[in-house]
Amino acid sequence: MSARLAGWMFAAPALLVLALFFGLPVASALALSLTDFDLYALADAGNLRFVALDNYLDLLRTPMFWKSLWNTSYFVLAGVPLSVAVSLGAALLLNAPVARLKALFRTALFAPVVTTLVAVAVIWRYLFHTSYGLVNWALGHLGISPVDWLGDPRWAMPTIILFAVWKNFGYNMVIFLAGLQAIPQDLYEAARIDGASRWQQFRHITLPQLGPVLLVVGVITVSGYFQLFAEPYVMTRGDPLQSTVSVLYFMFEEGFKWWNLGRASAVAFLLFLVILAVTTLMLRLGRRRDLV
Amino acid sequence: MGREVGQSRWHAVAVNGGLLALAVVALAPLLWMVSVSFMPAGQASRFPPPLLPSAATLANYQELFGRSGMARNFGNSLLVSAAITLGSLLVNTLAGYAFAKLRFAGRERVFQLLLAALVVPAQVAMLPLFLLMKQLALVNTYAGVVLPALASVFGIFLVRQYARSIPDELLEAARIDGAGEWRIFFSIVLPMLKPVLVTLAIFTFMGAWNDFMWPLIVLTDQEHYTLPVALATLSREHIMDVELMMAGAVVTVLPVLALFLLLQRYYIQGLLLGSVKG
Repeated sequence: MSARLAGWMFAAPALLVLALFFGLPVASALALSLTDFDLYALADAGNLRFVALDNYLDLLRTPMFWKSLWNTSYFVLAGVPLSVAVSLGAALLLNAPVARLKALFRTALFAPVVTTLVAVAVIWRYLFHTSYGLVNWALGHLGISPVDWLGDPRWAMPTIILFAVWKNFGYNMVIFLAGLQAIPQDLYEAARIDGASRWQQFRHITLPQLGPVLLVVGVITVSGYFQLFAEPYVMTRGDPLQSTVSVLYFMFEEGFKWWNLGRASAVAFLLFLVILAVTTLMLRLGRRRDLV
Repeated sequence: MGREVGQSRWHAVAVNGGLLALAVVALAPLLWMVSVSFMPAGQASRFPPPLLPSAATLANYQELFGRSGMARNFGNSLLVSAAITLGSLLVNTLAGYAFAKLRFAGRERVFQLLLAALVVPAQVAMLPLFLLMKQLALVNTYAGVVLPALASVFGIFLVRQYARSIPDELLEAARIDGAGEWRIFFSIVLPMLKPVLVTLAIFTFMGAWNDFMWPLIVLTDQEHYTLPVALATLSREHIMDVELMMAGAVVTVLPVLALFLLLQRYYIQGLLLGSVKG
C-alpha cells in the first residue's frame, strides 16, 4: 500500500464521520430553514413546502426572537468583558513574583472549569435562593434585604452572568498565564530602572505584549457566550418574564417543543450569522491595531 | 528604604490575599455542595442556612441510587463517555497522523476546510442531525450520542500538531525495511504520540461526560439519560429536595474533577496547544 493511499485511508473514518454527522446536517439546516418543516411534515414528508425566506422574514417580525437576541447580547456584552477581566486579574496575581503556593491556587481557580455545567448550575440555584440561600444570608449581615435573584426579571440575567464568569474564568486565566510568562523579563527590568510604577508597567508593557492573546481570547469567549443555553435551561427555564430566554433556548423550544424545525433552523442560521459578523469585526479591528 | 520594604510587604499581602479570596469564591460552592449532600432531608432549607450537617448521613446517596435510579444514569454516562473516548481516540489519531505525515492529494485543502468548519456552531447541525438519527432509528439509543462524537476537528488538529515532530527519516527507514503503513502506525507512531493521546483522552472524556444539549435532544427516556440530562430533569421535579439534588451534583461532578486533579498537567498542556490555533 502506498503512502498516498494510506493517507486517504487513515483520514477516511474521521472525514466520513464529520461529513455525515456535521457537514451534511449543516447543509441540510440551510435547506430546512427554507421550508415550513413542522409536526405535519415530521409525520409525512408530503406536507413539506418550500417557503424561500419566509421563515427569516417571519422571525424578524417575531418579538420573542428579538427579545431572545437582546437577552443573549446582554449576556455577551456584560459577561465577556467581566469574564476576561477576572481571568486577566487572576492570571496577573498568579504570575506575580510574590505569589505563594502558585500550583495550588492555579488548580483551585481552575476547578470550576472542569465541573459539569448542569450540576453546578443546580448548586447556584440554591445558593441564590431568595429565602434560604447563602448569598442572601451573607448579604443580610451587611444590612441588604433579600434579593429574588432568579425570580426578578432585573436580576435573573445578572445572576446567570455571575455564574458564567465563576464557571469559565479559569479557562482564559490559564491562557493569559502562558501569555504573561512569554513576555521578556528585561522589558520590565528596563522599565523599573526608568522608575515606572507597577500600573505604568502593566499599561505600557503587559497590555501591549498581551494584545494578540487578548484578541484571541476575546473572539473565542464571544462566540462561546453567544451559545448560551444550559444555564437558563437549568436555572430559570427562560423565566422570569422570559428575561433569560437566549437565542438557543428559543431555537430549542421552537424545534423540539413545537417541532417547527424549519423555523428553528432559521434561528440557528441567524445566530451563526450574528456570531460570524461580531467575531469578524473584532478580528478586523484587531488587525487595524496590528494585534494579529 | 524603609518605605519601600513596607510597600513590597503590603504588595505581597495584597497579591496573596487576592488569590485566597478568589480561591474561596471558586471552591465554596463545591464545598457547600459536598456538605449539603450529607445533611438529613430538609436541613438545608432552614434559616439561617447551616454550613455543616448536624449529623452526617448517607441517606441522600441511598435514595439517589435506590429510588431515583441514578445508578443507571451513572452507568449510561460512563458507557457513553468511554465509548466516545476510545473510538474518537483511534479515529482522530489516524486522521491527525495522516494530515501531518502522509502525503495525499488534496490534503492541505481538506485540512483548511476542516479548520473553516470550526466557525460553525455545533447547534446549527443539531436539528437536521435529529432527523437523520430518526431515519437511522438511532433516536433514544447510546449510538445516537456516540456516533456523531467519534471525530472532532479539535482532536485531529491536536494530534496533527504533535505528530509533525515525528522525523520523516524514521518513517522512511521503516518503509525501506518493508513495514506496511498499518504496522508503522501501530508500532512506531502510536508510542511516540503517547503524551498527546493522554491529553486528548482527558479532553474527550470530560467533554463527553459534561455534554448536555445533544444528549438532551437525542435521548428521550429516563432509562437512557446520561447524568447531566437526568440531573436537569430531576431538578425540575424535585426542586425542594436540596440535599438529594446536591448528592446528585456530587456524583456528577466528582469523576471529572478527580480525573482533572490526577492528570491536570496533560489537561493544561492540551488547553494551551488547542488555543494557539487562533
